[in-house]
Amino acid sequence: MKTRRSSFGAGVTAVSVMLPGVAPFGLIAGVTAASADLSIAQAMVLSMTVFAGASQLAMLQLISENAIPAVILLTALTINLRFVMYSASLAPHMQHLGAGWRAPLAFFLVDQNYALGVRRYEAGGEDEKWFGHWFYLGVSLALWVTWQTSTLVGLLLGTGVPREWSLDFAIPLVFLVLLIPALHQRPHIAAALTGGLVATVAAPLPFNLGIMIGAAAGITAGVLFERLVPAHASAEAGK
Amino acid sequence: MSHTMVWIVILAAGLCTFLLRLSFIQLWQWLSMPQWLHRALQYVPAAVLAALVMPALLRSGGAIDISPDNLRLIAGCLAALVAWYTRSVLLTLAVGMGALWLLQALT
Repeated sequence: MKTRRSSFGAGVTAVSVMLPGVAPFGLIAGVTAASADLSIAQAMVLSMTVFAGASQLAMLQLISENAIPAVILLTALTINLRFVMYSASLAPHMQHLGAGWRAPLAFFLVDQNYALGVRRYEAGGEDEKWFGHWFYLGVSLALWVTWQTSTLVGLLLGTGVPREWSLDFAIPLVFLVLLIPALHQRPHIAAALTGGLVATVAAPLPFNLGIMIGAAAGITAGVLFERLVPAHASAEAGK
Repeated sequence: MSHTMVWIVILAAGLCTFLLRLSFIQLWQWLSMPQWLHRALQYVPAAVLAALVMPALLRSGGAIDISPDNLRLIAGCLAALVAWYTRSVLLTLAVGMGALWLLQALT
């Protein structure tokens, strides 16, 4: 029989296979924070509140390049815009919960607990109304603790890493691992190619605006591609 | 940037990210997601991540460089193949960093 405790435990178990992919990412975030000259307190508050690897890495990179605060903030928020989509997708399953539950559940929302949570709600029965959020909480806390621990370890190791190791190259590599699964259909590939090329050409613009302009161009390209290329035509061509 | 400014940026990013996460979970009763917004948001991860990756590989020395001298581009392409086939963070990091170190040692 399902209980709160068994649902929480099932969440921890479900996410445990993902944790080996999360920990090295956190390690890189910690090492990067150390080399960006953030204090340990700043790096940990960043990690605990923003709790989203790609935006943290982009922020650290921009901080070390002396970008202006508004651009750092806007870039981070652009990367995190996907959470609005996750929020809308989980929302119908969380409406019966009070604000005391909804706010903390939202606080932890990232890619992994979204994917596992929404699958649990959609596959589960009526009783997930009472237990689904415990499952989601189990997933979230396991992720959060892993993320903070690995960031802290990276932070403590980070100051000792020599420049010749080119460890800054780990950042685009991490983005690459995240990018590949995002390319599921042809409009997404169009969005990525446009976004990437425009950002590359726009890179010399002041205030590091290239990333934002590239992102806007990529999103527009994806929407236009979806609208202009009929789905059946792109399915034919994809064969 | 001053120490205080870094604190302000971090706290603002934390707060605004929380508001993005809370958005529809909190507002669902009054507001459902418009269709156009849903469409556009689908393309955010692909567009943003590519905008972060491609300049780092194509402009590793500052100027656009698609020659074989651009070691980060070569290492990045190898890593992309590994990421495509394995989806593993650890293997992609290992192959990408390993290839860069090897190429740097050879040239």
